[in-house]
Amino acid sequence: MRLTVKLFATLDKFRPDAAGGKPFELQVHDGATVQEVINMLGLPDDVVRVVFVNGRARPRDWTLSDGDELGIFPPIGGG
Amino acid sequence: MWILRINMTDRSYRLEDVPEAYKYLGGRGLTSTIVHDEVPPLCHPLGPNNKLVFAPGIVTGTTAPTSARISAGGKSPLTGGIKESNAGTAWPQDLAAMHIKAIVVEGQPKEKGKWWMAHLTWDGSKPKVEFLPADEYAGKDLYEVYPKLFERFGEKVNIAGCGVAGEFGYGNAGIVYNDMARRPSRYSGRGGLGSVMASKGLKFIVTDRTGAPGVQYADQALFDEGRKKLIDALRTHDITKPKGGLNTYGTAVLINILNEAGGLPTRNFSSGRFEGAPKIAGEAIFEGNKQRLGKELYNHACSPGCIIQCSNTWHKPDGTEHTSCVEYESDWALGANCGIDSLDDIAEMVRLCNAYGLDTIETGTTLAVAMEAGIIPFGDGKKAIELVHEMGKGTPLGRILGAGTATAGRVLGVTRVPVVKGQSMPAYEPRAVKGIGITYATTPMGADHTAGYTIAPEILSVGGKADPLSPEGKAALSRAFQATTAFIDSSGHCLFIAFAILDIPSGMEGFVQECNGVLGTKWTVDDVPKIGAEILRKERAFNEAAGFTKAHDRVPEFMKYEPLPPHNQVFDVPDEALDSVFGEL
Ligand code: SF4
Repeated sequence: MRLTVKLFATLDKFRPDAAGGKPFELQVHDGATVQEVINMLGLPDDVVRVVFVNGRARPRDWTLSDGDELGIFPPIGGG
Repeated sequence: MWILRINMTDRSYRLEDVPEAYKYLGGRGLTSTIVHDEVPPLCHPLGPNNKLVFAPGIVTGTTAPTSARISAGGKSPLTGGIKESNAGTAWPQDLAAMHIKAIVVEGQPKEKGKWWMAHLTWDGSKPKVEFLPADEYAGKDLYEVYPKLFERFGEKVNIAGCGVAGEFGYGNAGIVYNDMARRPSRYSGRGGLGSVMASKGLKFIVTDRTGAPGVQYADQALFDEGRKKLIDALRTHDITKPKGGLNTYGTAVLINILNEAGGLPTRNFSSGRFEGAPKIAGEAIFEGNKQRLGKELYNHACSPGCIIQCSNTWHKPDGTEHTSCVEYESDWALGANCGIDSLDDIAEMVRLCNAYGLDTIETGTTLAVAMEAGIIPFGDGKKAIELVHEMGKGTPLGRILGAGTATAGRVLGVTRVPVVKGQSMPAYEPRAVKGIGITYATTPMGADHTAGYTIAPEILSVGGKADPLSPEGKAALSRAFQATTAFIDSSGHCLFIAFAILDIPSGMEGFVQECNGVLGTKWTVDDVPKIGAEILRKERAFNEAAGFTKAHDRVPEFMKYEPLPPHNQVFDVPDEALDSVFGEL
């Protein structure tokens, strides 16, 4: 199945071509989890703080579906 | 330690010993207590009986990291309730060094249209105030005025002042302090306190600490121990560390995450997603500056001693500085909320707000209401810039907009007016982030995110995790955040230390030890929310006496019947839950 993925803030160093949340497509096996996507992208576990799937924050063991949109964030804050 | 009373009726001043009851108070705890104790709740905010109170925080002026914060307080002309508005600047460090625990500005000159400034210096053994005419600085752009004041009084002084927005008596008028590069850019922005200052004929308070003794410690060793723990926490946490999230991207790093979560208020709170978000986000500011400057630019401190350093600058295509600071709230208010996706246009409006003395949040939310009313189209940055100029020039339309979002909405016949207690909502949608909606509804300040920043667990997964769309448990969450925040706002630390100390327990411990080291108190971490709750009770009591009831602790009606895309949620927090925030405090 295909996913759309966006990486934000300091995660750009793991994928400079997708800096600033530029969306890219990812082909994964059916039933892949959030954790598997993190591993596939080579993102160290401790730099990922929040993963949104279609606008909802989801846990690492969340099972993804075809066409899902992921937004992945390191720890960030502001206000 | 003294309370400095400045009486603008006859331009006199008096130094009073700090009463026993105020000894352990600072910052917001002290401004709110003095307002509660001395300001008649039914007074007109711009009349002679309101008072403007300034108080540095408990550790302000010490070597505690990220602690140059000032609280300004009074009865707000925007909300009609109590107000505390907090800013980061070197100015309160001067007060602390001169052993001034608070300045209380009282009275009102009989003669209208004359302007004064107070020059506050150290006179060998005590502070001294000299009153000087300031008419030559009235009606002017603050980018023109501040350099003249620095030229006149010396480069080491610091300034608190108001711009033309205050002179016009706008509900939207901030108090403006200088940053470290002497820009007029650090704001007690919310609630119209700039107009309270101007209503007293006072344009500036210029401070010069030369010769002053500096802060005294009750227990310096304890203070140092606490300071070290807090510095360690700030230096290691990913959000607050050097070249971490805040230092690299500034607070506007939040644009993308709120947009992902569907909680970025867009086009006057009609959607939770803005298609132009990536163009105005913190990442885009970092990239844009890099392109225009030919090198990476990290952010700077707004005030001496800040090790988080989140304050940014935006640069023009030719590499010269356009303005500082394009922080999240300003970026959102003048950007996404107006449908504007040009950082150059947003930066120009931030610059104009600084020049005129306007609060960027209230300005952006008012422009969006004007767009909704058809005065100008959504997304038209150039026309929006013109409207900010109208506010600065005081044209009839400009004055209506300067009165704030609630008044503009009423005059222009708009039903979608995102305010609570007359103050406009900041950059988080209550329908998509329920806890922050509870804070907006119930804080004594009017809609204010900083009063109880449930965004940390609801969106950022800092200090726990909570589902933003669920109302469950959110009243308790907001109550806990509001109480802790009231203490942090009193400590003199910037609220942004919370990201580190909510996650790192030794940082929280160090933070309390610092306060104990200065005051000689024996507070523990458990005392933090209790002391905060006391402050909230006083603020609430003032508001009740000013005529506020439970009916004022509600979000605007449209949020209950208009589902917000993309999650298509309404604000479904029951009234009983809202009432329990203070009911069970
Ligand atoms: S963290 Fe940012 S706002 Fe807070 S004191 Fe430092 S530079 Fe100022």
